Amino acid sequence: MMTDKQTQIIKPYGDTLNDGRVQISFSLPAPANGVGEEAAKILLRKMGFEDIEVCNMQDLSSGFVHVIAYVTANISVDLSKIKVNEIQKLEMTMEQIDEFIEQNVGRELNIIGACIESDAHTVGIDAIMNMKGYNQRYGLERYRMVNAYNLGAQVPVEELLEKAMSLKADAILVSQIVTQKNIHISNLTKLIELAEAENIRDKMLFICGGPRINNELAIELGYDAGFGHNTYANDVAMFIAKHYADKRFKEN
Amino acid sequence: MISLQIDKSKIADARHYAKEIAQSLKGLLEESSSVTIERAIARLMGVDGATSSGVPYPNVIVEHLKEKGVLDRGVAYWLANGAVAKSMTVMELAEKVVAGELDLTAIERQPFEKIYEFLDSITTSTLKKISDQRSYREEAFKKYGDRRWPAIYVIVATGNIYEDIKQAQAAAHQGADIIAVIRSTAQSLLDYVPYGATTSGFGGTYATQENFRLMRAALDETSDELKRYISLTNYASGLCMPEIAAMGALERLDVMLNDAMYGILFRDINMKRTLLDQYFSRMINAYAEIEIQTGEDNYLTTSDAIEKAYTVTASQLINEQFALLSGVKPENMGIGHAFEIDPDVENSVLYEIAHALLSKEFFPNSPIKYMPPTKYASGNIFKTYLMNGMFNFVSQITGQGVQLLGMLTEAIHTPHLADRYLAIENANYIFKAVKDFQQEFVLKEDSFINRRANQVLKEATEFLRQISEIGLMKAMEKGMFADIKRSENEGKGLDGVFKKAAEYVNPFMDKMKVELGLE
Repeated sequence: MMTDKQTQIIKPYGDTLNDGRVQISFSLPAPANGVGEEAAKILLRKMGFEDIEVCNMQDLSSGFVHVIAYVTANISVDLSKIKVNEIQKLEMTMEQIDEFIEQNVGRELNIIGACIESDAHTVGIDAIMNMKGYNQRYGLERYRMVNAYNLGAQVPVEELLEKAMSLKADAILVSQIVTQKNIHISNLTKLIELAEAENIRDKMLFICGGPRINNELAIELGYDAGFGHNTYANDVAMFIAKHYADKRFKEN
Repeated sequence: MISLQIDKSKIADARHYAKEIAQSLKGLLEESSSVTIERAIARLMGVDGATSSGVPYPNVIVEHLKEKGVLDRGVAYWLANGAVAKSMTVMELAEKVVAGELDLTAIERQPFEKIYEFLDSITTSTLKKISDQRSYREEAFKKYGDRRWPAIYVIVATGNIYEDIKQAQAAAHQGADIIAVIRSTAQSLLDYVPYGATTSGFGGTYATQENFRLMRAALDETSDELKRYISLTNYASGLCMPEIAAMGALERLDVMLNDAMYGILFRDINMKRTLLDQYFSRMINAYAEIEIQTGEDNYLTTSDAIEKAYTVTASQLINEQFALLSGVKPENMGIGHAFEIDPDVENSVLYEIAHALLSKEFFPNSPIKYMPPTKYASGNIFKTYLMNGMFNFVSQITGQGVQLLGMLTEAIHTPHLADRYLAIENANYIFKAVKDFQQEFVLKEDSFINRRANQVLKEATEFLRQISEIGLMKAMEKGMFADIKRSENEGKGLDGVFKKAAEYVNPFMDKMKVELGLE
């Protein structure tokens, strides 16, 4: 809805503009009966929803119930006032990026990656780094102008930084998949704090990635960039390449 | 009936190469031992507990002997010698060593007959405890009926054993047959097993003997309530495979993830260490009649599921041969594979059916463990839920044994209570809806599925032939599995491997071998 050129106020959309319809589901430690349903409705009202229709109450046993409801949200947001810190993804192929690095950076880039500390899930770092890559995008190991080192799972941050220094890394890629009790935050913080203590924070790019990571969070934690869902090797490679190309341009 | 048309002699050829691969490592398996094998023996002899700083007693004892340079005779000999000389129980002896009051190697050597008598009696009594647990399980299945096929397997992973118990009991009420308590993410690389009940862990709960006991007791209660025996699973993998198997045997776990090569490839554990550890851990599982499960799904999460399908078949066969060396019966081999083909591929489900049928063809009597889509599970819970439905469909129409249910919130968080309910509802609906589907149809001989299965078989056989020529260790050095290169003299835990002295004794292995018919 455009009230004037500047503002663009919107609400959730069901099937009619501004109907505000929202689907919502959650579980409650409550019985699957009238009491549980009323509890769900009261909670939904307290959340600010109206026109509450509870369409399913499933008994999960052991005193729990799962609620599915359709509700109306009578709140809105102005799209024109939103600013996000999103990485501009440039869709370039591996060949184009290799050429870009060759011409604009003028040397091969050293990129080192790992799942740090407690995290044993390499699926993310492998998708970005392994030769094969993921979903038709080759991984960094295949890039002609990238020397890629994948250290794998459960790498202590001390070891990662040591290796990064000895390999003269241009960028460190850290993958964090497990996020239970915010373990990813403490792992990522540990790395940055150690890098700062060791005076190497500014010697290379620090980039993190994972399904629950976004650029905003990464910047907040002191990283140069953060990549979430739908990220491929070319997105990461281009970000690093562009950084070093800009740096070279400024230096000259 | 939906089944493949495959030349039986080709099945035999592939199996023959796998057998050669496993047999060629028998020498290593007999001539060496590892620190965790020794710690498992200490546990089976009754050593339990941990110091105030959390070091488990079995670690203290084994380190003590290692420092004295006498571990090559085996922990069993030294504990028996001490217990006989001091007229103490093994636990009393261990406490003295932990307190620094006793040096096991400084105790006067006792006559061999007395030591062997002691070992025989302690081995007999521990194995009796394990076989009592085995009988309990047998009785429970007799009383309440066999496990459903495919069985519904779900995970709990809160990090807190008491919270896990609540979720496990709820899952059983909702229809789960097997509950897996996922381990804390860092545990596989710990060279010790934490002690006691634990309430903190990431991505899962520590495997400890007390946690095993608590969960089994809770599920026994639920089993009686539901009149359905609920099986419990954990992971005999990582650097403590035999210790976890020993704990599981004593506390009556029913299923154990227990792969022969997983630790080497995916956790960078030294290959000798892993091969030795899997050998003894699987023997314990065989004795306890704990169903082992293998981790072939991991090949497909790191490589393309179509292109590398043959590595799954090859690994299944190698896993089978190692399991046979440890005395595991085919009906207790939960050979693994997974539904991980890109859903954008045309006829992806036909590929899945071909692969699932091929597993079945190789292991007709085994409860094949089928893993759900994870690689292409995005944050789109609705799409993932649908993929899980297709996965359940393929499992039912191809006769898989254990269905590790996919969660609609895969790739988002460890399952919420309702996620698990929805997964069970999905499986129950599909299993019921296409219950007799397999009996109703036959495959055309030149069908896509038949052609595909034969092609995978051919590739797997060629792959196994190449490995059998150079040997398994060389094959892993060359990165033939999952594109991961591992070297024989690298990897975690190598310093915990040692050659047995001529007088070495592992009384549990000796006795179990006899009872399992391996001698």
